[in-house]
Amino acid sequence: MSDAATHAEKLVSMANQIAQFFKSQPHDEAVASIMDHLRSFWTPKMRRQIAEYLAAGGQSFDPLTKEAVARLTDI
Amino acid sequence: MSLIKEVDYGTKLAAGAATVTLTIDGERVTVAQGTSVMAAAMSMGTQIPKLCATDMLDAFGSCRLCLVEIEGRRGTPASCTTPAENGMVVHTQNARLAKLRKGVMELYISDHPLDCLTCPANGDCELQDMAGAVGLRDVRYGYKGANHLDGAKDESNPYFTFDESKCIVCSRCVRACEEVQGTFALTIQGRGFDSKVASGGVDFLSSECVSCGACVQACPTATLTEKSIIEMGQPEHSKVTTCAYCGVGCSFKAEMQGERVVRMVPYKDGKANEGHSCVKGRFAYGYATSKDRITKPMIRAAITDPWREVSWDEAFAYAASEFKRIQAKYGRDSVGAITSSRCTNEEVFVMQKLVRAGFGNNNVDTCARVCHSPTGYGLKMTFGTSAGTQDFKSVEKSDVILVIGANPTDAHPVFASRMKKRLRAGARLIVADPRRIDLVKSPHVHADYHLPLLPGSNVAMINALAHVIVTEGLVDEAFVRERCDLADFESWARFIAGEENSPEAVEPITGVKPADVRAAARLFATGGNGAIYYGLGVTEHSQGSTMVMGMANLAMATGNLGRDGVGVNPLRGQNNVQGACDMGSFPHELSGYRHVSDEATREMFESLWGVKLDHEPGLRIPNMLDEAVSGDFKGLYVQGEDIAQSDPDTKHVVAGLEGMECVIVQDLFLNETAKYAHVFFPGASFLEKDGTFTNAERRINRVRRVMTPMAGLADWEVTLGFAKALGFEMAYAHPSEIMDEVAQLTPGFRGVSYARLDELGSVQWPCNEEAPLGTPIMHVDHFVRGKGRFMITQFVATEERTGPRFPLLLTTGRILSQYNVGAQTRRTLNNVWHEEDVLEIHPFDAESRGIRDGDLVALASRIGEVSLRASISDRMQPGVVYTTFHHPNSGANVVTTDNSDWATNCPEYKVTAVQARRTNQVSDWQEQDRETGVSLRRIAREAADAAE
Repeated sequence: MSDAATHAEKLVSMANQIAQFFKSQPHDEAVASIMDHLRSFWTPKMRRQIAEYLAAGGQSFDPLTKEAVARLTDI
Repeated sequence: MSLIKEVDYGTKLAAGAATVTLTIDGERVTVAQGTSVMAAAMSMGTQIPKLCATDMLDAFGSCRLCLVEIEGRRGTPASCTTPAENGMVVHTQNARLAKLRKGVMELYISDHPLDCLTCPANGDCELQDMAGAVGLRDVRYGYKGANHLDGAKDESNPYFTFDESKCIVCSRCVRACEEVQGTFALTIQGRGFDSKVASGGVDFLSSECVSCGACVQACPTATLTEKSIIEMGQPEHSKVTTCAYCGVGCSFKAEMQGERVVRMVPYKDGKANEGHSCVKGRFAYGYATSKDRITKPMIRAAITDPWREVSWDEAFAYAASEFKRIQAKYGRDSVGAITSSRCTNEEVFVMQKLVRAGFGNNNVDTCARVCHSPTGYGLKMTFGTSAGTQDFKSVEKSDVILVIGANPTDAHPVFASRMKKRLRAGARLIVADPRRIDLVKSPHVHADYHLPLLPGSNVAMINALAHVIVTEGLVDEAFVRERCDLADFESWARFIAGEENSPEAVEPITGVKPADVRAAARLFATGGNGAIYYGLGVTEHSQGSTMVMGMANLAMATGNLGRDGVGVNPLRGQNNVQGACDMGSFPHELSGYRHVSDEATREMFESLWGVKLDHEPGLRIPNMLDEAVSGDFKGLYVQGEDIAQSDPDTKHVVAGLEGMECVIVQDLFLNETAKYAHVFFPGASFLEKDGTFTNAERRINRVRRVMTPMAGLADWEVTLGFAKALGFEMAYAHPSEIMDEVAQLTPGFRGVSYARLDELGSVQWPCNEEAPLGTPIMHVDHFVRGKGRFMITQFVATEERTGPRFPLLLTTGRILSQYNVGAQTRRTLNNVWHEEDVLEIHPFDAESRGIRDGDLVALASRIGEVSLRASISDRMQPGVVYTTFHHPNSGANVVTTDNSDWATNCPEYKVTAVQARRTNQVSDWQEQDRETGVSLRRIAREAADAAE
C-alpha cells in the first residue's frame, strides 16, 4: 500500500473515532458536532482528503462520518 | 548582588483573622492567634536564639536555647512551643537567660569539632551563629570527655554527605523528612548520649531516602552538607528562579559564585513549593554545564554528512534559505515548527509568531500534543477553559482525594509531599491505577480504596463511579441546578444511569471489584471536599479527552468545584507545558485558547504584527509526520523537544524526519532528533535566560538569568535571528517586552508584566482588570463558559487488543530520579538510581515465561521489538507490564503504537499489546540505533578546530 493510501486510511479511522464520540448525541447534533470538530482541528487538506475518499465510495466510513463529511462544503 | 536570605520565624506563622497583642521586650506586637512567642518576636525583628527550631517545621522544644521569661509565669518556657497570648509580657534577654543559654551552648560545643575555619559550613552555620549570639567564650567542661568526634561520615549519596561528628541531634533532619517530605527515612536511634541520626539502610543511599534535600536544608550545622558546598565553598550571591523540570514549577534560589552555580536551594516564598524540593530540582542541575553541551551552531547538507560548525549568521542564513527554497518548491504549508514545554513563555510566543506570521501558516504544535492536549480539550468543553481549577495549596482543604492515572510521588514529588501531609492529617484517598503506586501504601499513608483498573478502561471506571452517584441519589442537586446546564445534565444522568455503566457491568472491562467501586464512589460523593488529581495515565489513551470530560462530569455532579479543597487538577508533565499551551502553540489556537477562525481575535494580531494570518487550523505533530512520510511536508523547526525519542512509533517518526529536506533542531544536546537534522541551533539552559514558566496551577513564575548563554544567545534570540534571516523581523530587546505583547493580545494575561511578577512574586492567570492579583481558584461563582456542561462519555474500547501473540498490556511512565527523555537527568549523578530502563513484570507473568529478575527480555508489539532487563515486581498486576522511556537506546517507543486520542491525537502510550520472552541479545533496532548514534552525530574535526 502506498504512503498516500495509508495516510488516507488513517484519516478515515480518525474521522470514525470522532464520530464514535458524538454518536451518543441526537442525530442532527452529532452530525453538526463532527463537522464542527473537523473544521476546528483538521487542515483544509485533510478535510479535502476525506472528502475525496467519500467521493470514491467511502466504504470504511461510519454512516455518521459519511453524513458529516458529505456536508463539509467549505473545503 | 547579594545572597537572598529568607526570614526564619522559628515556627510557622499562624493564619486566621483572630489576633492577640502582647509585649515583647517593651514593644507591643499583634500577631495571629496561634503564633508562637518565638515567631511573634521575629515578626518584630527580634531573633531569639534557637537551634532546633525553624519555621519549615513544627515546634519541637528540645534545644533549650530559646528560653524566655514571661511575667506571671514560673520558669523559663521555650518560646517556640509557647503560644503568644493577649496581654502577655515577654522578656527575651536578661542576665538569667543569658547564663542559661551560654550553659546550653557550652554543652553543645563540648561535643563538637572546633574546626570552624576549615568546616564547609563556615559562614553558614547556625551553631556558630548561636555561639556568637550567646557570647560563648570558653567551655568549662573541656573537650576531653565522652564525645562523638570520631563519628562516621556517610558519603554514599551522590549529592550530600552526613558527618555524624558534627551532629547536635536537634532532630531537624528527621522532622524535615517526616513533616516536609513525608518519607520517614530518618530516625533518632539510641537514647540519651547514644542518640544519633540514622537512615533505615546501611547508609543514606541504600535507605528509603529520596534525596529531596529537605534534611540538608534543615540542618543547622555541617552535618548534612551539599557536596558542591564542600568542594566550592559558600555562595556569594543568589537569584530566585524557577525549576526546569516538572509542572510543579518550584521556585529556587540559584546560589552562585560568579557565574558558577554552587547550589540550588528551594525558595520558601515560592508559592508552588513553599521551600520544598525534589532530587531533580535541588540537585540535578549539572546537565546545564555538561561537557555534552553543543555550543556552536552547525549545519550539514545531508544527515549522513558530518556536522560543520559555523557562525550564528551562517546558520541563520542557511536555515532561512532552505525554508524559503522548500516553501517556494512545495508550497507555504510544507514547513512548520514544534514549540517546547521546556522553554519560556516568551520563547514559545515568538516561535508561534514566527510560524503564523513568518511561515504564513498555522503549522505549529507543541509537546503538549503528546501529554495533556486532552486536558485542554476536555476542560474547555465542560468548563470553558483549558486549565486546572485549583492552586496547589487547595489540597490542604481536601477531605477526599481521588488520584487517577498519576504517580505524584515519582513524577510530581513536591506536590506529592503536600498531598501526603494532608493525607496524614486525615484526608481519605482513592487511587485508580493499574499499578500499586507508592501512594497506595507508604509510611503513614494508605489508600482507602485502590482500584487497580486495566489499562484502557478509564472511561468505563469513571462512568461506573458516576453511575453509583446518580443512581444512589448522591448528586449535589443544588450545585447542578445553580451552576450547570440542566438539559445537558439530564441527558447525561439518563445515560450514566444506564445499567451498562454500573460497576457490575463494567467489571469485565475494568477488572475492578464492583463493591470497591461503589464504596469509592460513595466516599467521593459524601466525604466532604472531593478533589481529583490526574496525570498522563488519563490523557494518553484513545479516549483521553473523553476521560477528562468524565472527571469534569464527576466533579460537577458532586458539587466539587469553585472553592478550596476540590476541583479537577491535571498534574502537568513538563515545567512549562501549561504555558506553552497558553501562548498559542496549538495549530488551531492563538494565545489564550482563541480559535484561529475567530475574526476579531485574528484581526487584533494582524493589526499588531502587520501581516495577514491564516484562518484555518494547521498540522498537529502526528499530521506533520504523516505528511512528511507521504512526501508533502518538508521542513521542521523543533525547539527543545526530542520527538525521535519521546513520540510513539519511533520508526514512523524517523521515517517522517528522513522524508524532510530541512530539519532544524534547537537544543542543549545533540539529541535523537538531531541525528536527522540539517541545522543545529545550540540552546540555552534555564540558567542562561530571562523569562517566565507557567506551572500546572496556572502560576506564572519568573525565570532569571544567572549565567551567560554558553552559545552566546538565549533561545528567544535564536528564534529572532532565524526570523530576521527569513525576512520577518521581530524587535524585542528583552523578554519582558514579549510578555508585554502577550498581555496586550491575551485577555487572561492583560494584567501580567515583569513589574507585576516582581511585585507579587508570581501570579496565577487569569490576571487582568477583574482579577489584578490573579486567580487561585477558577469557576468560583460561574464557569468560564457560563453554565457547566455535562458531556456524554460513552466507553469505547481501544483498537489495541491483547491476543494470543501479544497477551500482555504495556503501560509506560516515569520514575523519580529521571525526567522525560532523560536528556537532562541522564547527564547528572541521578543515574546512580536508574542507569537503564527496565521492564517491570508480575511474578506470575515472569514465571510462566521463565523470566528471572535481571534477565534480558525481548519486548515485542505489533510494530516493533526492543530488549530490556526484567524487574520482577508484585506492584504490577498479572497481565500488565511497565517501563520508562528515559534512556534512548531502550527504545520504549519503538513498541508503542500511533493509536491516539480521538479528539486531540494525543498518543495512546498507556496501552500497547505486547509479548515478553527471554533473550540473549539486543533487538535489531537497538543495534542499528547504536550505529546511527555514532554515524549521524559526527562533527567535522577540522571545522571544529578552525572555529576554536
